[in-house]
Amino acid sequence: MKKRILAGLLALGMTVLALNGCAKKPAAETTAASAETSAAPAANAASESVAPTAASSAGQKTGRAASNEIAVGIAQDLDESLDPHLTVAAGTREVMFNVFEGLVKPDPDGNLIPAVAADVAVSDDGLVYTFTLREGVKFHNGDPVTMEDVIWSIRRNADDSEGEALVPALTSISDITSEDNKLLITLSEPNNEFLSYLTLAILPADYDKQDTAPVGTGPFRFVSRKAQDSIVLERFDDYWGEPAGVDRVTYKISENAEGLILGLQSGALDVVSHMTSTQIVQLKESEFNVEEGTMNLVQALYLNNAEKPFDDVRVRQALCYAVDKQGVIDMAFDGYGVPLGSSMYPAFGKYFDESLTDYYTVDISKAKALLAEAGYPNGFEMTITVPSNYQPHMDTAQVIAEQLKSIGVKATIQPVEWASWLSDVYSGRKYQSTLVGVDASEMTASAMLKRFVSTAGNNFVNYSSADYDALYEKALACADDAEQTLIFREMEKNLTENAANVYIQDMADLVVVRKGLEGLTFYPLYVLDVSRLHWAE
Amino acid sequence: MLRGSSRQYAADVVPEAYCYMRSTVRRVLMLLATMIIVSFLTYAAFELISGDPAEAMLGTQATPARIAALRRELGLDAPFPVRYIRWLLGFFSGDLGVSYSYKQPVGELIAPKLEVTLCLCLLSFVIITLISIPLGVLSYQQVVGRFGWIHTTLNQLLMAVPAFFTGILISWGFGIVLRAFTPGDFPDLHMDPAGAFRHLLFAAVCIAIPRTAMTVRMMRSTVISEMEKDYVQTAISRGNDRQGVLLGHVLKNSLVPAVTFLAQTMAEIVAGGIVVEQVFGIPGLGRLLVASISNRDYPVVQAIVVILAFWVVLAGLAADLINQCIDPRLRLGGGS
Repeated sequence: MKKRILAGLLALGMTVLALNGCAKKPAAETTAASAETSAAPAANAASESVAPTAASSAGQKTGRAASNEIAVGIAQDLDESLDPHLTVAAGTREVMFNVFEGLVKPDPDGNLIPAVAADVAVSDDGLVYTFTLREGVKFHNGDPVTMEDVIWSIRRNADDSEGEALVPALTSISDITSEDNKLLITLSEPNNEFLSYLTLAILPADYDKQDTAPVGTGPFRFVSRKAQDSIVLERFDDYWGEPAGVDRVTYKISENAEGLILGLQSGALDVVSHMTSTQIVQLKESEFNVEEGTMNLVQALYLNNAEKPFDDVRVRQALCYAVDKQGVIDMAFDGYGVPLGSSMYPAFGKYFDESLTDYYTVDISKAKALLAEAGYPNGFEMTITVPSNYQPHMDTAQVIAEQLKSIGVKATIQPVEWASWLSDVYSGRKYQSTLVGVDASEMTASAMLKRFVSTAGNNFVNYSSADYDALYEKALACADDAEQTLIFREMEKNLTENAANVYIQDMADLVVVRKGLEGLTFYPLYVLDVSRLHWAE
Repeated sequence: MLRGSSRQYAADVVPEAYCYMRSTVRRVLMLLATMIIVSFLTYAAFELISGDPAEAMLGTQATPARIAALRRELGLDAPFPVRYIRWLLGFFSGDLGVSYSYKQPVGELIAPKLEVTLCLCLLSFVIITLISIPLGVLSYQQVVGRFGWIHTTLNQLLMAVPAFFTGILISWGFGIVLRAFTPGDFPDLHMDPAGAFRHLLFAAVCIAIPRTAMTVRMMRSTVISEMEKDYVQTAISRGNDRQGVLLGHVLKNSLVPAVTFLAQTMAEIVAGGIVVEQVFGIPGLGRLLVASISNRDYPVVQAIVVILAFWVVLAGLAADLINQCIDPRLRLGGGS
């Protein structure tokens, strides 16, 4: 008898352990029953006590559509400063794109359209830009945008009194003047890409809390931020353009990839960008749509061109012949992704040279011959440094390491923290090879190509080609757009021929959107335009 | 003999109070020393690993000039000992500094996170204590019985399962299938305490499972070894009820190691919490700590590490005091 009671108590303990608080009442029933049958009532009790909360949770879901809100999952917190002129991380730009605007802004096709300026005219010699300010544009704090604010915002980015300017290209401005609502910017030399730099955010001149409580002119205004938790934006009712489709957007941060999936499944999130193919198969097709865009970056095995054995062009070419890009995309990305052959991706339109993609086709014997010629007939050992916070790069590195075995190259993958990557690989250039994606902060071809000029401060691969440097000088001096485009394409070809890096792909950007939410628009930039999202009627 | 000696000390009140005070003072000093050593080690660890706050903040847009300017602004241009002493002086004057990653005073930044983590840890501690002590005593009976191996196996299994795995299972089972809470949507602790509590409860269980299994095992072996002792055997052979001896004498003697073990558990809970906070999407200290380490946000990491050290030392201190109440023999243990 005593034993039976004890067994019952034990069962009670186990049940409480397994089901915790919500099983308290049914567990008491279990004690009354015999130990043998304890499992069944406990299981029933669990579903009983949980049922009402399930209903309330479902109610919450319809609640967000009813209150015209959305929740977006993001994988990292924003920069320390929300001041758009000081923004560093692509993830911060992606969110704050909805809060700020420049004189012009990008549209989904990659063109620049007027925003704070109503229109722009360029003089025939390409030296004078005349902007007409739009009437009635307001900041989120209610103040109207004045000429003073516009000039202050541009000057702030062009100021190089303390070393380098925030936007170095703006130092070519020789004069800024204004007449009524017209802004005249004069350049010292023509620059075909100049307008794209004026996507820089227009901010109020006399406001000093931009770091923590940013104020801009975009369709959404910033409401609050909780560290490692959430960012809240609300529709700006005095927006000059098309009003946003939802009233409120909550960005929820989950640095754990599993957390984003659970958030979507549980109804806590409605939109998550940059998902992988293995993640989306966990989601129900009846609940979500998956839209495929591109990440707009160049994923490659970047080689330190100053480091042995990659200082030899034949070794670099051998690697290019040994790596099967499509194989990588099929193995690690379930076929999603666009193979690339140089440091340019398709969103750049006329600058993108598709013919370079198949410059190197897999040819193991040729690769081996090149290695032998370079003095490595039996291959060599190498290290691939990979930022470990991003699984797709880790997966890619693994497939490549496997492929390189075919030419006798033994690659060891060394995962590092992002902060270590920045200081050792990117700034310190102390590495042999690294697998990352590189993009451009502005939609300009030169932003992509400038980094491979031998003297560039951000030439982290130590690429050095006199031809390439000369081409870049020529491109800068060129006033004719068509001619300049050809030179840029010539530069891309130079990178491919000299096998500066082992180019792989522009990765697919899989965006998961809850059914009922419409209006997802892709841009050729790393942004998510939430102003176009809206719940279906 | 045991009773005689305790009466003897009880009569001599003054030296006991004196010893008590002296040991308390020593305890507090030890607490301070531990925190200083831990903070120094943390600071030194960042010196040894690669990665620099200024470089991390500027990311791919870093230029040598910008890095130098930012390092000067953050006071990172000073040599390591100077920076550490600056931090230490600030700490003792109540100034924890400003977070690099959020441009917010560290105290302000971590206070709401501390609240959440404290609730989570206390909740799982309560679960562990309430379940494992009775269960440990009861499972002694079971081990002796026929189905002992079931308990042993189950116990081993629960001990071995990593928290992130149970976390995903619980989130999926209770969050997605049963909808008992919404993973990824943690309600504000002040706006919706009930909702937040429910969310925390599942996370707390997840932390509690392996520790409960360990405590049960520890409790059981303590009871077993205690039951074999002479005084128990004597009591039983004199005709005392076995159950009565277990509850009346053995249990009390088994509590001392249990309390010590539970104090260690306090530290383990915090460590487990870091993982579980990530899985359950709970905005607590653990998540902030992980993010701050990767951002090289020194002031935040320092503050959190010192809080955790304080927590661990405090748990040990509490355990000693409780044990002294349970077993008066321990009172002078440290003094003599």
